Amino acid sequence: MKPTAKNDRIPAPEERLLLEIRDLVIHYETDDGTVHAVENLDLRLRRGETLGFVGETGAGKTTTALGIMRLIPSPPGVIKSGKILFEGEDLLEKSEAEMRAIRGDKIAMIFQDPMTSLNPVMTMGKQIAEVVRLHRKVSEKEALAIAGDMLELVGIPRERIHEYPHQFSGGMKQRVVIAIALVCDPSLLIADEPTTALDVTIQAQVLNLMKKLKQQFSASMILITHDMGIVADICDTVAIMYAGRVVEYADKASLFTCPVHPYTVGLFDSVPDLEDDKEELNVIPGLMPDPMDLPQGCTFHPRCRFAVETCRLEKPAMKEVAPGHFVACPVRAKMLREHPEQNAGNEGEN
Amino acid sequence: MLRYVVRRILFLIPVFLGVTFCVFTLLYLTPGDPARMVLGDLATEKAVQEFRDKEGLNDPFLVQFGSYVYKAATKGDIGRSYITKRPVMEEILTAFPYTIKLSALSMLISILIGIPCGILSAIRQYSIFDVVTMIFAMIGLSMPVFWLGLLLILLFSVQLHWLPSSGFDTWQAMILPSLALSAQAISIITRMTRSSMLEVIRADYIRTARAKGQKESVVIWVHALYNALIPVVTVCGLQFGVLLAGAILTESIFAIPGIGRLMVESIKMRDYPVVQGGVLFVAITFSLVNLFVDLVYAYLDPRIKAQYK
Amino acid sequence: MNTAIEQRKKRTPLMEVLFRLKKSPLAMAGLLVVILLVVVALFANVLAPYSYSKQHLTHMFEGPSKNFLLGTDEFGRDILSRLIYGARISLMVGFIAVSIALLAGGVLGAISGYYGGWIDNAIMRVMDVLLSIPQTLLAIAIAASLGPGLFNLMIAVGVSSMPQYARIVRSSVLSIRGMEFIEAAHAVGSSDMRIIFKHILPNSMAPIIVQATLGVAFAILNAAGLSFIGLGIQPPYPEWGAMLSGGRQYIRDYPHLTLYPGLAIMITILALNFLGDGLRDALDPKLKR
Repeated sequence: MKPTAKNDRIPAPEERLLLEIRDLVIHYETDDGTVHAVENLDLRLRRGETLGFVGETGAGKTTTALGIMRLIPSPPGVIKSGKILFEGEDLLEKSEAEMRAIRGDKIAMIFQDPMTSLNPVMTMGKQIAEVVRLHRKVSEKEALAIAGDMLELVGIPRERIHEYPHQFSGGMKQRVVIAIALVCDPSLLIADEPTTALDVTIQAQVLNLMKKLKQQFSASMILITHDMGIVADICDTVAIMYAGRVVEYADKASLFTCPVHPYTVGLFDSVPDLEDDKEELNVIPGLMPDPMDLPQGCTFHPRCRFAVETCRLEKPAMKEVAPGHFVACPVRAKMLREHPEQNAGNEGEN
Repeated sequence: MLRYVVRRILFLIPVFLGVTFCVFTLLYLTPGDPARMVLGDLATEKAVQEFRDKEGLNDPFLVQFGSYVYKAATKGDIGRSYITKRPVMEEILTAFPYTIKLSALSMLISILIGIPCGILSAIRQYSIFDVVTMIFAMIGLSMPVFWLGLLLILLFSVQLHWLPSSGFDTWQAMILPSLALSAQAISIITRMTRSSMLEVIRADYIRTARAKGQKESVVIWVHALYNALIPVVTVCGLQFGVLLAGAILTESIFAIPGIGRLMVESIKMRDYPVVQGGVLFVAITFSLVNLFVDLVYAYLDPRIKAQYK
Repeated sequence: MNTAIEQRKKRTPLMEVLFRLKKSPLAMAGLLVVILLVVVALFANVLAPYSYSKQHLTHMFEGPSKNFLLGTDEFGRDILSRLIYGARISLMVGFIAVSIALLAGGVLGAISGYYGGWIDNAIMRVMDVLLSIPQTLLAIAIAASLGPGLFNLMIAVGVSSMPQYARIVRSSVLSIRGMEFIEAAHAVGSSDMRIIFKHILPNSMAPIIVQATLGVAFAILNAAGLSFIGLGIQPPYPEWGAMLSGGRQYIRDYPHLTLYPGLAIMITILALNFLGDGLRDALDPKLKR
């Protein structure tokens, strides 16, 4: 399950890794059984890069993000094993106080639902200033001034600093959440489906704002989404997650031209194509497995049309099929090696 | 905000009228002739008839109601006691301070004990403290106030001779009645604070505060507590009504000369004008307390405050 | 493992509730006590060693003994027998009072929520007025004007808690009314009454069941309080509150006269409260965790 050669791990100096997750396992231990939310997850993120983290609802994307922040609600959540290396240091070995110093400063998070992410009884200014005062030695007045600058930066008039969340629209609230996340100039920004809860017309505005600010603040970003369109728009690399694991990891171009894992192929197939006349969408047969009762071997095998006997028995390891393109499917990797002309991906398979 | 206050005060008028109507109707439907009650069994039929004419008892129901409201609003006249012949208002005003003191003291105890217990229970959910508090709260909730009062008398007055079993004039005498009366309110406020706090702790904005790197203590005591207490304020207001009503039973156990005992005595003597006056007075007090609580609520919650800016 | 999950998915809602209820020992204990009390109430005449009104004049104020397990009262009546018959009265008052409240409040609330407009406004304003009188006080006022007696007591307790049920039913009707399956029922031409009774009420049962369970507890408590101040059941009927009231003047010398009836009330209320709490958690798991 670990990448083949140890060498793959050690990056060239100019593309030093900002974040590397190795073999992360997170469970929720409930009365009804153990939920295997994240199982042996590997992931890496280079400085300045935007990683699209794609998967269905319940695949474990948010749990992974909360795991990086060490904010898994516990009980019932438990980080069972693994390493989360951030700037070379393992976050899982940090004390709570050390984590507090990192949260909001070096790693910031944007949550899914702006309607509920802000404290309803606190003014917007105070909510932004709070994080400034936690990580910078400034007075309340200076912090509020910074908060005002930040509001303007995300496109909200400075005067509204004394208003409360209920006076803002959803899109405006998400802008404030973005301001809170970026005000301390984090090196890693985790955005958990930042536009899902917003109106379609607002979504593009917020995404553009994030793209612009990410550049301006030279932060790296993990963008959790299930929208391939958004990935195509702003991501550099993509990790596809299925039932608690990353099954394919590649740079955007490589993944979009040549998806390898059957699940990824299925994802692309199920995106409606405007130029295609097909009446129906191709959906992946079956449902995501119950995370309390994951299948043996490759978790995708019950839904996979390429499945062979070994898929039922062995957990597939991540293998590099092309430079920087990792896939956890030996069957497809082999097919590709033997018939490289099938590279074109989805069309040929149907 | 001023508009809100004015609106809420104006809204009290129909409530008062409605309450008065209910109480008046109940008395009107009560069997027995008020004139006979006042004049006694020995009065002649003629005297009774004259009394009925003079007091307007022969008028149609709505006219009687109108004149009752008119007299109550302009002169504070809500009838005379059948037994003592004194104005009901006078009787009630003598008794009222005791009831208010008892209820307010119990409210204070309930808040001072209930809210901290609720918070601690919530932030240590499933701990020993939480389990024990919740069981005690449930027992407190299930304890009839009159029985608890008797038990307290039995223990602290009869057995230990520590505290007096009646009266309300010294601070020692106030302890047992306020304890007995506040048991239920303590339980309800504890439970409400706990569940409100538990709900808030799981809110997204609490996660946001943690994601900012905020200390857990600040997350709980600043971000969570303020939000959690907003609904508790309303519950406290409602509990005041329960306490006022509970005072009726408590006063009769501890022989406190408040409105409650006045009402219980009057019920036994069928002195209905006093009963009616007592119900009316307590209901109006309760409405005023709720008005106050709503104003506090509106002040605390910017979402409501903003509507009336 | 797989079959366990399938079984979990196959359970009917009622089984699901029972399954979750079973996980709370306190709620199960409450249920057990309630069932026990119902049995005691039903078979009072078999279970009670004596009649509730039989006076043993040579055995007045006796403490617990072999003949009188919980002792005797000021007339030499067996306290245990009176408590057993008292269970009958208390449970009857509790259940019937709540039925009255539920029926009256439920119908008013359903009409209010279903039709809306001025009907809703009129009904709910009246309920608001009733709610602005503390419930116990309202019960006292009604009982005072109706006079003492079992039936009047049930009316007083029932009517005074009616507004709560009206509110609960109204809000569940409102939340369900807008749903699509109700529109579908309209579309196929179901009558209003049919929609209310066949579709809306069954779907708003959860909060009503919880409120009713806790309501029975409150009704029993309230009724005992009314009897305590002389507004409820009259002697010689063995209502628990009335027994407490009768024994209270002897508290200095014979505390067992007040101890046992009070304990009976408390245990009953406690059991119903635990059951109600457990039911609430079982019916609405979102509220728990």
